[in-house]
Amino acid sequence: MFAAVDNFPALLIWIPLLGGLFSFFLKDAKQAKSSAIVFAASSLLVLMVSMNYAGKGSQLLNQVSYEWLSAIGSNFSLILDGLTRTMSLLTAIVFLIVFVLVPSDQYKHANRFYGLMLLTQCGLVGVFMATDALVFYLFWELALIPVYFLASIWGGEKRIKATFKFFIYTFIGSLLMLVAILYMYNKTNATSFGLAEFFNLKNTATEQYWLFSAFFIAFAIKMPLFPLHTWQPEAYEQSPTPVTMVLSSVMVKMGLFGLLRWVLPLFPLAVKEFNSILLMLIAVGIVYASLVAMYQDNIKRLIAYSSIAHIGLMAMGILTLKEVAVVGALVQMFNHGINILALWMIAYIIERQTGTNAISKLGGLAKKAPVLSIFMVIAALANVALPLTNAFVGEFMIFNGIYQFNKFLAAFTGLSIIFSAVYSLNMIKNVFYGTASQSSEVFTDIKGVQIILFIILTTLILFVGMYPQPFFQMFSDALGLILTRYNS
Amino acid sequence: MNAIIISAVWGVLMMYAGFFLQSKRNIQVLAIAGICLMIGAAAYEFLSGLPLFAIDTKGMLHYSNYALAFLLIILVSTLIYFILSGDEIDSAGKSSSDLYALVFFILTGIAVVAGFRSLLMLFLGIEIVSIPLYVLAGSDKSNLKSNEAALKYFLMGSFSTGLMLMGIALIYGDTGSFYLDAIKAGFGVLTPMKGAGLLLILASMSFKVSAAPFHFWTPDVYDGSPTVFTSFMSTIVKSVAFYAFLTLFDQAFGKLHEHWKMLVAIIALATLLIGNITAVFQQSVKRMLAYSSIAQAGFMMLSIFAINTFAKQGLLLYFAAYSFATLGVFAVLSKMKDHSIDSFNGLSKTNPLIALSVLISLLSLAGIPLTAGFFAKYYMLLAVIREGGMLWLVVTAVLCAAVSVYYYFRVIQAMYFKDSAEDASPTFSPYFKWVMLLNAILILVLGIHPDLILNLI
Repeated sequence: MFAAVDNFPALLIWIPLLGGLFSFFLKDAKQAKSSAIVFAASSLLVLMVSMNYAGKGSQLLNQVSYEWLSAIGSNFSLILDGLTRTMSLLTAIVFLIVFVLVPSDQYKHANRFYGLMLLTQCGLVGVFMATDALVFYLFWELALIPVYFLASIWGGEKRIKATFKFFIYTFIGSLLMLVAILYMYNKTNATSFGLAEFFNLKNTATEQYWLFSAFFIAFAIKMPLFPLHTWQPEAYEQSPTPVTMVLSSVMVKMGLFGLLRWVLPLFPLAVKEFNSILLMLIAVGIVYASLVAMYQDNIKRLIAYSSIAHIGLMAMGILTLKEVAVVGALVQMFNHGINILALWMIAYIIERQTGTNAISKLGGLAKKAPVLSIFMVIAALANVALPLTNAFVGEFMIFNGIYQFNKFLAAFTGLSIIFSAVYSLNMIKNVFYGTASQSSEVFTDIKGVQIILFIILTTLILFVGMYPQPFFQMFSDALGLILTRYNS
Repeated sequence: MNAIIISAVWGVLMMYAGFFLQSKRNIQVLAIAGICLMIGAAAYEFLSGLPLFAIDTKGMLHYSNYALAFLLIILVSTLIYFILSGDEIDSAGKSSSDLYALVFFILTGIAVVAGFRSLLMLFLGIEIVSIPLYVLAGSDKSNLKSNEAALKYFLMGSFSTGLMLMGIALIYGDTGSFYLDAIKAGFGVLTPMKGAGLLLILASMSFKVSAAPFHFWTPDVYDGSPTVFTSFMSTIVKSVAFYAFLTLFDQAFGKLHEHWKMLVAIIALATLLIGNITAVFQQSVKRMLAYSSIAQAGFMMLSIFAINTFAKQGLLLYFAAYSFATLGVFAVLSKMKDHSIDSFNGLSKTNPLIALSVLISLLSLAGIPLTAGFFAKYYMLLAVIREGGMLWLVVTAVLCAAVSVYYYFRVIQAMYFKDSAEDASPTFSPYFKWVMLLNAILILVLGIHPDLILNLI
């Protein structure tokens, strides 16, 4: 673990970790902000460079395994493949944007704020790269702890209760997952936690059912899937918006990622057995969440429920086991992160200027802030998955897969797209158009850095919407392991 | 063997130290020196395999590497305890030298238990541990609750010792020997006499480790005793009881594992549930820690259930993880003005270093990864899974661990997310702060590299 950092995965862990620890020792808020930006940008840079070494022949650079606990047989193994790279890229982009966006004087003890954020990044990247179950579990928990503190220290009025609920939910799920991991570890004759060794275990159908349930509950809580979603709206609402951005753009993807990396390859029998009933349950959850989103007056809660619906759709895509839908879900995992980040940024800017999140108290912002409203419309349309936006690519493919699986299910799930248009457009109408309310009188338009950030996000939205090919290529190498057992 | 002699001699020395040494500071230094000497002697015996004193005990005492590793963990915990809580011991009674002497006599008992190969020695060791402990529980003579605690502890303790003696007598009657090896050899088939003896010993050992349903004395005794001695009782003494429990059931009764393991599983289950659920409702941190010690005992009971390699290795790790963390929390608690959770409010603002150390201790108690507590719990769960067929026990245990997060995190929430009412925050000496931080770092190091302890065995 303490070996030289001559490979990309180790660098991606070390940079945010050291950056986070370094930040705690800084006194000045501005310094803390700039150091956080530097560390996040270097993470992104390392990732960009690593893409040039993605092909075969550079495995040494992208895959490492340090001996960690020889007595147990756990190795500190990390891998940077297409699947991981997509998620790490999203993580790096989101954190960099959040650091640039949040002014250094917004939070007391800004150095701790940035420090904890960087530690979260370290945990998230670790979750995405781990190929050793124990290491995966460690990072899974490590990503949670700093987020818990971030949300509880700087959050809203009811933060302590809301974030604690979030913590307990996730912790219960992860403990069940730990039991399943230990069970499989024991089956390897207590020698290894490696994904490859787990892959070779001959688990019977009954064993798989139980192991699958333990893993799936952990991941379903994290995503969250109906009916385990109750922690989410409160946590999103009460967390400080920068933390919510991280939570909803990246952290909830941990669950989807877990399905792809661990559940699908390890428990094929169980997935085949349970996927139809789960698909139905998730479909109900999606429609339910979309309906609830239509009646929200709080922007943050509205985005939260919309997120439940979108995440559910990706989970459905994965569980159909159709190649087109799995690829669609993968693209959509990245896209959704970008789209929802844009939405949260708008919510954040509105909240900062007007001091409220209530849609009924806002109105007529378009006159005051024409530039912001342009970006808002683009982000909202991307959220609805309009053609030419990135989400269209992903969701179209997912629906394609669901349609192949079952036509009626696809039709039913399709309702959510209509609802999504209703609540997104309603929000635009009530917040940006209509009569100007008191709180919107003093509103000023975005400028400078904020415009640049939005331009970057919009470019990503439109670029991926029109030319998604590079992404498909990027994770073509990861798909094999996920679906091999289902195709034969 | 080194530890027995040094601690006994040092206990006598401490008794007379009150005459020669005027300041309490010097007495404290003398006690710490004694512990350091014992650690050195135990480490020497561990590394070289040769005791400094050669005494023929007719095989009644034998110090394996496992026993010495255990002893080392206990001694290091005691050292941390002396350093962190020395000031409280000084102010607990009129003459602190007596109290230190009692602690050293307890250590003598612990050293006897660590090496026992005969039930006689086990009984002797446990009695040597218990009797000074009754005195310590009642050392706050003017406090009614302390008196109550001492009396309760004494009555219940002697009752359970009586049970143990009865059990030992029955086992002796059946197998004709006090020696563990001879008992093991004679334990092929279950006879009524063996069964009765085993049950009696199981009950009394469960009492000593405060496992349900023999736990009722624990909250009152822990709550009534002076906080500084509660901390000693709930960590170091509890570890010793568990060590004796494991050794006895592994090395003497191991052959009948199939017969008694279900019973132990039920005790573990009850302990986990009762400890964790009751702890949730406590308003006083001291009482919460008392129930938490029952809850942790439930986890340690899993090792008695499994008695395989993982259980034995893991139990040592558990002793270290649990003792270090609990000692840290108790040391801070004993400096607070009262024992309510509110007294921790805003500690992160007034004393960030102390708050950070307490945070790490609590995270370790809750079993969060990268702290020693995680691997301790991990080993307990693994041991049970290895034993096979008892997954319900594992699932209940992890759900209980999730419950435990609730009450440990209430203290964390008070420290980090609430503001203190007025500036009534206690003051900590810089020396205390650094030791607390070192303790926390030790917890983290064990959490990243549990091999440090696992490789001892």
